[in-house]
Amino acid sequence: MKPEDIVKRASELRWKLPQDFHDRWVEKVYAESAQIAERNVQQKGTSHRLTWERRLDSLLTNRWTGGPIMVLMLAAVLWITIIGANVPSGLLANLLLDHGHPFLKDLAQSAHFPWWLSGVLIDGLYLTMAWVISVMLPPMAIFFPLFTMLEDFGYLPRVAFNMDHLFQRVGAHGKQALTMSMGWGCNAAGIVATRVIDSPRERLIAIITNNFALCNGRWPTQILLATIFLGVLAPPAVAGLVSAVAVLGVALLGVLLTFVTSWMLSTTVLKGEASTFTLELPPFRPPNILRTLYTSLIDRTLIVLWRAIVFAAPAGIVLWSICNIPLGDASLAQWLVHILDGPGWLIGLNGVILVAYIVAIPANEIVIPTVLMLTVLTTGVAGVGEQGAGVMFETSENATLAMLLQAGGWTTLTAVCLMLFSLCHNPCSTTIYTIYKETKSLKWTLVSTFMPIVIGIVLCGAVAFVWRMFSG
Amino acid sequence: MAQTSGANCSNCPASGGGKLERLGVKLGQSDFVIALAGNPNTGKSTVFNALTGLRQHTGNWPGKTIARAEGGFSLGGKKYKLVDLPGTYSLLSATEDEEVARNYILFGRPDVTVVVLDPMRLERNLNLALQVLQITEKAIVCVNLMDEARAHGLEVDARGLARDLGVPVVLAAARQGEGIQELLTEIDAMANGRSSCAPRKLSYDIGSVQESIDELAGALGEAFPNMPHREWVALRLLEGDPRIVEAVASGEIGVLAEDHVSTETINACSR
Repeated sequence: MKPEDIVKRASELRWKLPQDFHDRWVEKVYAESAQIAERNVQQKGTSHRLTWERRLDSLLTNRWTGGPIMVLMLAAVLWITIIGANVPSGLLANLLLDHGHPFLKDLAQSAHFPWWLSGVLIDGLYLTMAWVISVMLPPMAIFFPLFTMLEDFGYLPRVAFNMDHLFQRVGAHGKQALTMSMGWGCNAAGIVATRVIDSPRERLIAIITNNFALCNGRWPTQILLATIFLGVLAPPAVAGLVSAVAVLGVALLGVLLTFVTSWMLSTTVLKGEASTFTLELPPFRPPNILRTLYTSLIDRTLIVLWRAIVFAAPAGIVLWSICNIPLGDASLAQWLVHILDGPGWLIGLNGVILVAYIVAIPANEIVIPTVLMLTVLTTGVAGVGEQGAGVMFETSENATLAMLLQAGGWTTLTAVCLMLFSLCHNPCSTTIYTIYKETKSLKWTLVSTFMPIVIGIVLCGAVAFVWRMFSG
Repeated sequence: MAQTSGANCSNCPASGGGKLERLGVKLGQSDFVIALAGNPNTGKSTVFNALTGLRQHTGNWPGKTIARAEGGFSLGGKKYKLVDLPGTYSLLSATEDEEVARNYILFGRPDVTVVVLDPMRLERNLNLALQVLQITEKAIVCVNLMDEARAHGLEVDARGLARDLGVPVVLAAARQGEGIQELLTEIDAMANGRSSCAPRKLSYDIGSVQESIDELAGALGEAFPNMPHREWVALRLLEGDPRIVEAVASGEIGVLAEDHVSTETINACSR
């Protein structure tokens, strides 16, 4: 028989098949399973752990307590990160900037390096890398293990469960909560994770909106700005708390924007109903602390840090060069900053920040180091190495970093707008490439890239306008 | 006569000490292919990591193994390729994950399929195990997460389960490395044809159904002589599963069947 004939014969024979054959077959499998399971499993006594788990679940997934607990957990993680990063950050800055930088400078001088070589290598390459390490390593080394432990414990599916009805209401898939939490680690990873969503429409929504989940490279920016600009507005005793709440606010704004943009997409260009799915709540498992530390330090912290350093090193060289290549009576960097100062002012930022965002397209991680570098080199604050006393995360008014940025014309408004802009701007080049690979569509890649920038410009512009109106 | 050379020794199961060597992803040509199937969140990836020495990301949430992951180990001089399939509840419906798993077990022709079960949800997990046993003879059941089951006060009768299912059953707690050695021993024995099994098959208990299946399976056997699992394909044809109908009509099913991954198929189960 030819293949077509087999198919034909099968459809003839189908008439002989009882109508409910499939159901009867499934029932049979289930009945058999139940019998075998009953014969071979015995429950000895009552299980304390089971009742404990049920109680915990009824608290974590409760309609009234589930949401607040989620927010509190995130706040606690952020607060521990901010408080805990202070001391090691100061130590690293002390070592790498206060002692390392002058030491290398002296070494270069005694080796009779030409001024441009020591400039490129020590003021460009080394200084940028030192900043990346001292600013980023401590918060990451605290944040990632904490987050991984929550994941290990089994909390993430509960988050998905709690947020499912919200996602359904905006016409998106409930599993988007999972891909969003992955995005809090890395947007590129979050976008790959959207493969768990079967419907192409809902998957596209999850991909486009993933950028509103603050990633690795952006948490440190948020934490740093909140600490040195917003924390200082409060009395020292609650400074850490205020900073944590500010960062939490930005993260939650990201969640809100995820919902708003998902809703906009699903009611306009990506119309359709939300599809159903099964989500099994796994048992709570005690996190394996040592393994968690190992995987989150090696797999996440060091890889992210390495990526930042790899991108920061050439960026440092580029930066030093554009700051030292003269063009008429100013350097190339000064021209760029000067040109972008106008549009920057309109959205509460400045030229330095916009140049930094262009330089930092390969990696969000280097935005802050680039900003610092450009500020130093364009405002001409001399001797950073000597001045950058190990107080990068110190929340006192004398913090050198704050002074440096204030010398560059920064106000609280600049910090607030930068925090918002850091949430809403184009994804890094790795993420853009991942979006293209996953969607195979130039159109959706462009939408995912430019939609956040437009939202960011509108948001920052509005905040700056209102702020200036009220502060006169 | 006097040829007691190394050639004979290396064939003997006692040689090589049966020592596990974890190969990670560095596997060239493998001697055997082992598939890992199971419901979501039963710790398949943890079992996978324990066997291969890889650190594939495991997370306590379902659905994180998206496509299939592969790794390898070497035991008693033989190389094994291990394939971690996405977690599925059943092989009967048609989500993307279930299709990956189903096609692999059916047409990837793994030498052994290890079904990982969660003892706390054994009834639901057994559905999948029984469905897998319908389509393959060479299966091992691994009841994982035994540490949690004990904490819940559950006792699992491995011998009883093995008797009811007709395949070897290993109790394990892969996170602690418990039961991994036993699992390896069973895999080794089954892949090398040293153990035999007679998995429980459910009969399609309606007379005319069995007749129709036999007729179609016979026709399929003529059209695609190398195709395994003819009965199962025949049943899906009869039920009008659109993907299977299409695969048969286009002849694609023959390609699927020939595209098997194992270099040689060893009949480990004597029925």
